[in-house]
Amino acid sequence: MLLIPCPWCGPRDEAEYTYGGQAHVPYPQDPASLPDEEWGRYLFHRANPKGPHAERWCHTAGCRRWFNAVRDTATNQLLAVYRAGEPRLAGGEANGRDLFA
Amino acid sequence: MADTETSVSARSPLAGHAARFAAATRRSGGAVRLAELPYLAQIDVRLDPKGPAADAVGLALGFPLPTQPNTVVHGGGSSALWLGPDEWLVVGRPGTRAELEGRLREAVGDEPAAVVDISAQRTALLVAGPRSRDLLSHGCALDLHPRSFGAGRCAQTLLARAQVVLAVRDELKPGFWVLVRSSFAGYLGDWLLDAATEYTGAV
Repeated sequence: MLLIPCPWCGPRDEAEYTYGGQAHVPYPQDPASLPDEEWGRYLFHRANPKGPHAERWCHTAGCRRWFNAVRDTATNQLLAVYRAGEPRLAGGEANGRDLFA
Repeated sequence: MADTETSVSARSPLAGHAARFAAATRRSGGAVRLAELPYLAQIDVRLDPKGPAADAVGLALGFPLPTQPNTVVHGGGSSALWLGPDEWLVVGRPGTRAELEGRLREAVGDEPAAVVDISAQRTALLVAGPRSRDLLSHGCALDLHPRSFGAGRCAQTLLARAQVVLAVRDELKPGFWVLVRSSFAGYLGDWLLDAATEYTGAV
């Protein structure tokens, strides 16, 4: 089981969380005027990297806050977590928070 | 003739467990103490922790709302548990819910905030005694040792796969409040009695 560090509550079992897919997918400015192909791209196309992946998680059984995490999809190692609204992290850099303090 | 008179008598979710909790407590010889704390007043408060409503609620309660995640502050007959960066659970004595809700609602005034009576959502269990940490650890992944979960700590987590709010009782002796949804209370009560078998002896 993954041990995921919630930016509010600290490390908790994966079972307490809900996965929310890729993070930082912007909602189109004017959906009504989008061509079908671009709307389909927004709805269905997601990055599928082997390596660091920014994704959304919700601490469902805890504080019920959404946050973002950078996870290496090859090793399942969590590289960074940051609260919703905080700037995007690429993973690996120090974000002032020890992941497993 | 059909009895058309409505009878509204309060019945707590774990009323049927009271005798078994008492028997298990007795048999454990002081190792664990299990009991329901029914009808606690529970008010959910959501507001901006940096806004004037937070200060007003602090004044109304007599102590400031905790801003440190997963901490609880006790005082003046009520307790405030941190549930989120903008959410708290204020717990008061049984029978005080209308008064407590009114007091908090008056305090926040016209500020953007939500004060909701959720007393019926959860019931509270008292799990106390020297083996209470061991008992909860049978079904809880958190480190409940006093050095990481000591006085003034609370947490929302899973206990035997049921969502609970754990809070350390404001005393020197080990003891916890376990707040659990009313619909899960029977299951969790059964689970606690089963998990406590090694401290209470077989039934």
